[in-house]
Amino acid sequence: MIHEFTKGLFKENPIFVIALGLCPALAVSTQVVNALGMGAGVIFVLLGSNIFVSLLKDFIPEKVRIPAYIVIIASFVTIVDLVMQAYAPSLSRSLGVFVQLIVVNCIILGRAEAFANKNTLGSSVLDALGMGIGFTLALLLIAFIREVFGAGTITLFAFGSFDGVIEIPGLSESPARVIGLATGAMLVMGYLQALFNWMGTRRAGKPGSTAQDGAGGAAA
Amino acid sequence: MTYIGIIITFVFVNNFILTQFLGLCPFIGVSKNVDSAVGMGFAVTFVMSIASLTTWAVYHWLLVPLNLGFLQTITFILVIAALVQLVEMIIQKISPPLYKALGIYLPLITTNCAVLGIALIAVRSGYNALESFIAGFAAGLGFLLAILLMSTLREKLDAEWVPRPLRGTPIAFITGGLMALAFMAFDKALLRNLIG
Repeated sequence: MIHEFTKGLFKENPIFVIALGLCPALAVSTQVVNALGMGAGVIFVLLGSNIFVSLLKDFIPEKVRIPAYIVIIASFVTIVDLVMQAYAPSLSRSLGVFVQLIVVNCIILGRAEAFANKNTLGSSVLDALGMGIGFTLALLLIAFIREVFGAGTITLFAFGSFDGVIEIPGLSESPARVIGLATGAMLVMGYLQALFNWMGTRRAGKPGSTAQDGAGGAAA
Repeated sequence: MTYIGIIITFVFVNNFILTQFLGLCPFIGVSKNVDSAVGMGFAVTFVMSIASLTTWAVYHWLLVPLNLGFLQTITFILVIAALVQLVEMIIQKISPPLYKALGIYLPLITTNCAVLGIALIAVRSGYNALESFIAGFAAGLGFLLAILLMSTLREKLDAEWVPRPLRGTPIAFITGGLMALAFMAFDKALLRNLIG
């Protein structure tokens, strides 16, 4: 049972290993706070859709299941979008169109189709939490690297006298701005995936096994 | 002149893949050889042009008069899903060769974030019907351009030696990153110089 939760964190990490949901991962990882906001939104939608899909799996006819899942997912995305606009307007502005685009995030439809419609409510909830947290951690890692090297800051939520921005001495005066731009996003993503591949093959003991095949590598 | 501006913006300045990160999954997944990349590119361009026009009509003629703007996300994704099915059936009926070329890519397009993305962006930018259509078409062309360049590079990369952990997706991302670096040359200043 606990495996359903932990598999999403590392071994089947949605971003680095399964490579699903890449668009938001790169687009909103410019600041740590954006990654946190997006992660929270995805966890909520994933949890909601996995719960409803696993509860309704016996009632949804096989032929219309994908449209049915999309309607369930879109309803939760609308909730997240409206709540974010009301209570965190600046976050909503910086995430922009990507909040609504959670609806076509392949992780959510993928988990509904591959897991929640075959499993019980309990394991679906754990699967959603594990995958959601794995997604958030991956996003945080990318955002952390991009913000620290690209801007020399770490932006978190503002509270009290703390304005939410930690400046890193030495880096904030002359950051490598390109890491924060589109180019940096793809480079960071590529090298992190390579790192995960390398760690995966090392854990498997024999070089060039499962993780390599999963990535669909260019056979040399 | 604004129409040319929209085309340059969506093909080069705000290229969906290389600056906005919309449509990355097919960009990485379907770019292993040039033929399928071109097929995917044309299918996406076709669906994006029609989808941005249709969602414009649905939004301005249905959702706004009924004061249901908050249903935007649900309506758009359903309209796009239905539209993709319809396009698939029509192409199959009127042009079997085209269906053979594009058929396998069409079902994948429903969950391509570029299609929902252009629908939402066109509404947010307050475009009129023709501007929405042109924006959808131009964004599709930008996608076609990026995926065509990428697939050509990846076919060349197949012949090269790549360190084992970098093979497959990682090297594709790094290649894409370097392409994005080149596309940084197309910015707002270029647009101002070209069309004033």
